[in-house]
Amino acid sequence: MIAEAGLAALWLAAALAALQLGLALGIGGAQGKAIASIRGVAVAQGMLSLAAFVALIILFVRTDLSVLLVAENSHANKPWLYRFAGTWGNHEGSMLLWVSVLAIAGAVVALFERRLDERSLSATLAAQAALALGFFAFLLFASNPFARLNPAPLEGRGLNPLLQDPGLAFHPPTLYFGYVGLSVAFSLAVGALVTRQVGPALARAMRPWVLGAWVLLTLGITAGSYWAYYELGWGGWWFWDPVENASLMPWLAATALLHSLNVMAARGGLRAWTMMLALVAFSMSMVGTFLVRSGILTSVHAFAVDPTRGSFILVLLTLYIGAALALFALRIGHVKEGTPFDPVSREGALVANNLFLSVILGIVLVGTLYPLIAEAVTGEKLSVGPPYFNATAGPLALILAALMMIGPQLRWRQDRAAIVPRLAPGVVIAIATLVATFLLAPDITLLARLGLALGAGLVPASLAPLLGRSLRRTPLAIWGMCIAHAGVAVALIGMACDSAFTREKLTTALPGEQVGVGPWVVEMRTISPVAGPNWTALEAELRASRGGGVSILRPQSRFFTEPVTTTSEAAIETVWNGQLYAVLGAQDVATGRWQIRLWWKPFVTLIWLGGVLIALGGLFALIGRWWRGYRTRRRLSEAGS
Amino acid sequence: MSRARFIPLIVFALIVVAVAWRLAVPRDDRVASRLEGQQLPSFALPPALLGKSGLRSGDLAQGTPRLLNIFASWCVPCAAEAPALMELMRRGVAIDAIAIRDRPEDVAVFLAQHGDPFTRIGSDAGSRVQIALGSSGVPETFVIDGRGVIRAQHIGPIMPQDVAGILMALEDAK
Repeated sequence: MIAEAGLAALWLAAALAALQLGLALGIGGAQGKAIASIRGVAVAQGMLSLAAFVALIILFVRTDLSVLLVAENSHANKPWLYRFAGTWGNHEGSMLLWVSVLAIAGAVVALFERRLDERSLSATLAAQAALALGFFAFLLFASNPFARLNPAPLEGRGLNPLLQDPGLAFHPPTLYFGYVGLSVAFSLAVGALVTRQVGPALARAMRPWVLGAWVLLTLGITAGSYWAYYELGWGGWWFWDPVENASLMPWLAATALLHSLNVMAARGGLRAWTMMLALVAFSMSMVGTFLVRSGILTSVHAFAVDPTRGSFILVLLTLYIGAALALFALRIGHVKEGTPFDPVSREGALVANNLFLSVILGIVLVGTLYPLIAEAVTGEKLSVGPPYFNATAGPLALILAALMMIGPQLRWRQDRAAIVPRLAPGVVIAIATLVATFLLAPDITLLARLGLALGAGLVPASLAPLLGRSLRRTPLAIWGMCIAHAGVAVALIGMACDSAFTREKLTTALPGEQVGVGPWVVEMRTISPVAGPNWTALEAELRASRGGGVSILRPQSRFFTEPVTTTSEAAIETVWNGQLYAVLGAQDVATGRWQIRLWWKPFVTLIWLGGVLIALGGLFALIGRWWRGYRTRRRLSEAGS
Repeated sequence: MSRARFIPLIVFALIVVAVAWRLAVPRDDRVASRLEGQQLPSFALPPALLGKSGLRSGDLAQGTPRLLNIFASWCVPCAAEAPALMELMRRGVAIDAIAIRDRPEDVAVFLAQHGDPFTRIGSDAGSRVQIALGSSGVPETFVIDGRGVIRAQHIGPIMPQDVAGILMALEDAK
């Protein structure tokens, strides 16, 4: 019954999306007049989508094996959390989650958006309904999550063991909320281009959505990076895998959008750029998600290609993105630009920020799609890996970091005052760090050296906008900017330290033997079997010490039975200045020795700490902007009464 | 701005074309050797262990089809395919082998554990011959006809269900 109810809710929601689109396009009355009914329809559509998703959650938690999707992806022996998270750990479920969030976002816009004129709002809701309608159709015709299986099997097939991890259970939803948050920016841009109302009010309506989505994307990418780091057991934190690139590209576009939105909201400038970025950010979310989900790009995350689904999605993407970009090309000529500005000004710095972020985005896009295009043109199979991305995106990211030391300290429109004194603290620290790296670590790469220097200089430079202000009266949004920029500095230092100072040791050992890595001496004590809820493992006990205290690490080699898979669970010892990372490999049959792989990674934790700080900064800005708006509205209504 | 505003649309159209092509031509991750249908490159490898002869390209062109197996003692899938190779030997197939980046003592232990279906084993310490053969990993197996021409290539371990196909390829090579 629950499966049928879920399917019915999905059909109803799809019908309401069609109705919403029709009403907004002016069927059944003058365009824009029907805004009250459009609002109601959007809210009902959101509620029904949510109901369908809740129905699927119930089916998964109960492990109802008469539903095909549950039988293929779940197993009654799984811990509760993974039965719950299994709902979106597969194609159909994750698509349902995607559409539900999209519909709910539409409902929220319909309920709370008061800054836009009615025509623009109804055009926006028409765009949102059109997006939802296509994905509802995709679910209902090509990916029905509620299909029954008759007869029901006795046992389900289980979830990929790599995905059985609490961090990963909540990693995809975080990214999805981020992606879909960007759909609102997309719809708002489409709505504004249709009604030719591209101005500061639009930027203010768009900003909270972009900020919120960007915070979630930042958290999602940070968490995903840490997951890959400890779960895959390769010791790296970023692999330039197509799936990672798919999440990075919308983030780059959203970061650029966030900055150009501020110019548009405050000064009315950069309108064309902002509209383009709003379209590109969500387009990248769709392209990334679906190229990867459909298995068109090779990846460790790849799913099998299903030609029906692939073609369906390609048609949807072509319609949506093609129509939006065509609308942009036709309408953007009519958009007025705001007040002019000097190259040396806050606007000038933000234009540079936009340019660099867009170029990095282009580099990642080319690198991700190049194997596909090369094979289409020349028939040659190849893959593009870290050497390309590091050599191209790395230097640009460093130039961007250098610009970050200057930009936030410039004034709007023009800045004729002496700039040097404002920059001095950051530049002095950066140069001092650079000299120190030459003296103390002569062998590290140039990229790592510059990363350390710029990261160190960027910390004081990021906090400089707080100087000379009353800290208590400083708007929360300024705090947010400073924290986020300092977060970039912290992450940059972490990345540079990891690339410059990591020590690695791959060796074999017998219990009782000792291995040295960096400042650590690691003794292999025992190898013993352990059992978990749905796995068994061999666990090594490693005793690690460096001078003083002793820590015990227990890396495991895990065997899952449903489905049969082996994973390695790395053991990580975190100390104040880095992490010791241990992986247990296979036993050598001939000699009985165990492979172990050890890494000493100084300050690697700063990478993710920086990511969290960036997200925290975004959250501060979001709360600060909301609070200001709320206070202004309250004052106005008090003045009115 | 007049022309530039169409650039995003054009870039997107190119992406659509590439993706549409991929949907029409499904991905094939097999990296097949370009030497299929061509003469073996000439090589002469020393024995991989004591008491066994090494392998020259001429050994593979003596009138009857043979298998050339690329393996290594450190390779787990190679151990997995060992029973299938033993089965092929029992059915009268002549198999020569090249051990990749291996040591004699390790090869001896491997053969003692998993059986020895090989007539000759050459040692390719630097993977030179492997690369010349166009082989991208271990294990791989080539079907060589009586004139030393590569007729077929099997990538990855030979599993029990692959044995029939290999026998047919050997039959075709006669």
